[in-house]
Amino acid sequence: MQLIACPWCGPREEVEFTYGGQAHVPYPDDPAALSDEQWAHYVFFRDNTKGRFAERWNHSAGCRRWFNAVRDTTSYRFQRVYRVDDPKPVTP
Amino acid sequence: MSTPFRTAEGGRIDRATTLQFTFDGRSLTGHPGDTLASALLASGQHQVATSIRLGRPRGISAAWAEDPGGLVQVEEPFPEPMLLASTVELFDGLVAHGLPGQGRLADVPDSARYDAVHHHVDVLVVGAGPAGLVAALGAARAGARVALVDEQSEAGGSLLSGTDRVDGVPALDWVADAVAELARHPEVLHLQRTTAFGVYDDGFVLALERRTDHLGAAAPRRVSRQRVWRIRARSIVVATGAHERPVVFADNDRPGIMLARAARTFLHRYGVLPGREAVVFTTNDSAYDAALDLARAGVQVQAVVDARPAGSPQRRAECERAGIRVLSGSVVTGTEGVERITSALVAPFTDGEVGAASVIPCDVLLVSGGWNPAVHLFSQARGRLRYDEVLGAFVPGEELDGLAVAGSAAGVLDLAGCLADGQRVVRAALSALAIVPAADDRLPSAPEPVVPAAPLVLWRVPDTSEAHARTQFVDLQRDATVADIARAVGAGLRSIEHVKRYTTIGTAHDQGKTSGVLTSGITAELLGIPVQDTGTTTFRPPYTPVAFAALAGRDRGRLFDPERVTALHDWHVAAGAVFEDVGQWKRPRYYPQPGEDMETAVLRECAAARTGVGIIDGSTLGKIDVQGPDAAVLLDRLYTNMMSSLKVGAVRYGVMCGVDGMVIDDGTVLRLAEDRFLVLTTTGGAAKVLDWMEEWVQTEWPDLRVHCTSVTEQWATFPVVGPRSRDVVGTLFPDVDVSTEAFPFMTWRDTALDGVPVRLARISFSGELAFEVHVSPWYAVAVWQRLLEAGRPYGITPYGTETMHVLRAEKGYPIIGQDTDGTVTPHDLGMAWAVSKKKPDFIGKRSFARPANQDPRRKQLVGLLPVDRHTLLPEGSQIVEFVADGELPPPPVPMLGHVTSSYRSAELARPFALALVKGGRERVGDTVHVPVNGTLVPVEVTGSVLVDPEGARRDG
Ligand SMILES: [Zn+2]
Repeated sequence: MQLIACPWCGPREEVEFTYGGQAHVPYPDDPAALSDEQWAHYVFFRDNTKGRFAERWNHSAGCRRWFNAVRDTTSYRFQRVYRVDDPKPVTP
Repeated sequence: MSTPFRTAEGGRIDRATTLQFTFDGRSLTGHPGDTLASALLASGQHQVATSIRLGRPRGISAAWAEDPGGLVQVEEPFPEPMLLASTVELFDGLVAHGLPGQGRLADVPDSARYDAVHHHVDVLVVGAGPAGLVAALGAARAGARVALVDEQSEAGGSLLSGTDRVDGVPALDWVADAVAELARHPEVLHLQRTTAFGVYDDGFVLALERRTDHLGAAAPRRVSRQRVWRIRARSIVVATGAHERPVVFADNDRPGIMLARAARTFLHRYGVLPGREAVVFTTNDSAYDAALDLARAGVQVQAVVDARPAGSPQRRAECERAGIRVLSGSVVTGTEGVERITSALVAPFTDGEVGAASVIPCDVLLVSGGWNPAVHLFSQARGRLRYDEVLGAFVPGEELDGLAVAGSAAGVLDLAGCLADGQRVVRAALSALAIVPAADDRLPSAPEPVVPAAPLVLWRVPDTSEAHARTQFVDLQRDATVADIARAVGAGLRSIEHVKRYTTIGTAHDQGKTSGVLTSGITAELLGIPVQDTGTTTFRPPYTPVAFAALAGRDRGRLFDPERVTALHDWHVAAGAVFEDVGQWKRPRYYPQPGEDMETAVLRECAAARTGVGIIDGSTLGKIDVQGPDAAVLLDRLYTNMMSSLKVGAVRYGVMCGVDGMVIDDGTVLRLAEDRFLVLTTTGGAAKVLDWMEEWVQTEWPDLRVHCTSVTEQWATFPVVGPRSRDVVGTLFPDVDVSTEAFPFMTWRDTALDGVPVRLARISFSGELAFEVHVSPWYAVAVWQRLLEAGRPYGITPYGTETMHVLRAEKGYPIIGQDTDGTVTPHDLGMAWAVSKKKPDFIGKRSFARPANQDPRRKQLVGLLPVDRHTLLPEGSQIVEFVADGELPPPPVPMLGHVTSSYRSAELARPFALALVKGGRERVGDTVHVPVNGTLVPVEVTGSVLVDPEGARRDG
């Protein structure tokens, strides 16, 4: 069970966290202006990256704050964590 | 009760105390400090069981957890299957018998306690042998926070099996000093009888402490029997030693054949001789110690059979001085005997060729094929293993962050080397943690080792005939032989993982501690490839078996999941309520009167609410306090309907959807102030809705000035329901004008009862005139009882969730999650009226315009009335088209939908149901069929509101 470094609480056990899917998928500014296909991409489509992936996490059994993280989906290791209002890090 | 094989003196047993135990119905004796295995051997018994597949006699072949043979079932004091005689510590009154590989679980509940403890350390040392003790001392002296765990009953590891000296004194005296010193360090946790069985990420280790198993019936009840230690270590030192490896030869499974080191352990630690006449078969120098020690103890050592052409000149000389014959360049090709070995067949072995065998009588055959470092924990941590050609074993092949291997586990096989390695490894670990070793951390001394003659790697004695391969056992527990590996390889299997699964080798309780490396070696030999290329199978936790009871710990029975009860719970219990689980809540389902079953109780409760007055404990409803200048903005974005236009003092029903437009929750919203709302959610949806609000506020709209918090448990909630509810509420709260004009539907008022603040709300989940009474849970019982008193003249009837469901279903009010399943829109529920057309956007709105959401064949919520006015349709039943002949057509039968709720209605005097049906609203008036127990029940499709569709009762 790995430790995840909550940006607010520091390292805590994995079981305290819940996964929130791909990060940096903002709610569209004007959904009504989108085609059905564009809207479907927002609602249903997410990347399935092998390797470094920017994700949303929630410290659900701790401070209940959402944050973002870059995690390697092959090793499960967290590369870094950052706040939701921080820009997306460059992931090679 | 004789113990003819007990030595006259020596061993770490308490000879002054005698323990009685029973094995296979025989009364036997032993001493504190014995294991079941050592006590059996003391009585002369080697055989423990017969094998699972072939029924061959099997005995004790090792002195600890690597033993593939000595499986037992303990019967007293508590039934427990699949234990090893060599790891069961003896206690008075033990009753056990041998097992042919399968045991019997207890059929009575285990009344013992099991628990778990979290622990955090700088350095965790696994293994209290020479390397581990030095490492633990080094870390402790440096002031580090240390845990030392060891699976045996006492510290010492390999030192318990021999006659070594450390620092010029007997090694166990040095061990005692080391243990005493560790005990003086306040930051050291030292646990014996504790097996580190799993290594996980970031220094997380699970260890099982057997706290009272060894005490038998004398175990104190208040102490947990076993404890799982959940240790988080910044650095881990694995000093788990090595397992001796057997050599495979024909009939190598007979009782009386054991590992050479095990014989030394039984002699030195337990004061037991494994036999009277021994043959020692070895490929390396270490087994000579066993031969010499046994000879010194009075055993007739018939021969040391050394497979190496030149043997070991130095050890040969020692043997000659002791009068022991050494046969170099020889191997054991087979054995004789029925329930116990009676002789070994010994033959010359030259250039891989086996000559003619001669018979050497013996009652015990000790075997050593070298040593396998116990790399299990290193491998669990995903450390890569390297095959060592000299050792004929796999050793750690890389450095890992935060986990290092020391001593025999790293392939260091001499005592001085292990002591030095323990210090080297812990110093590297401390250095990585920026902890400075203490100035007085001195390395203990041990005699300089004599350089041993090179070992020979010999997996198996070459077989001289096909027949032999079938008794050359590789995994004794699985009855798997060289012939089985040959068959796997012959079938084309190359991967060791495949060979393992084909042969089942390594899948028994011992997980291949003795058979795993042999299988790699023999497979490589058969394939003609290097052993490195074969590799090993994956090492997975647990290292040794762990009982489920220990893993469950205290999380069983009522403590498995939290139980939530309302402030009225004791009242409900006293009133004879039958409870149901709703999420974690215990809710009264109905209140049966004498002689009533659920059906009659619910019909009575429903009738009271529809014709008089009923009352229900609705405290489990989720409640969220939403505050801030932007509270209305948030709710407008999350609910399908407009909340910002709600007036203070008013209540509105709301539906919440996901971005896909599917309903995720519903409930009512009270506007308490311009900047404050009380959101009521479903009982099961409370946490989810709060999470949903938080997610949007934190991730998408951090600019909104709004805060949400759960107040579910800050308010007790009692709906008072029925045409007489106005009388009850009006009586109890005389200062509130309860007339429809003054207190209209979907409004709320604050009042007080004897100074206790009370909130009243005209909300109805039944279609009847109803008042929700909200009060602090501290006053819940008092207010509830006052309501009952006030309602007595009107026959006020407490009702449970079952009646609540019937009442709401009669009105077509859906339960989100029962009548919906994540594919249902507000429109499907007939709730287009709750979807704002004014708001430019809200969560889910854009999805409503998708073609799939406009499809008229979508499943819609409708009512169903069985035509026979009698059948109660099972919830979940499929709905099919009307079939004129009443016969279900052959599958696949097109399905129209399914029954989501189904009840008997007192009001309708017939059963009814709610259902999701394709194009359901177009089908109102049609007859469709529902298969029930093999017959097709005709049902009429109706609108979803079956009682009071005009809403005439809402205001009483
Ligand atoms: Zn946190």
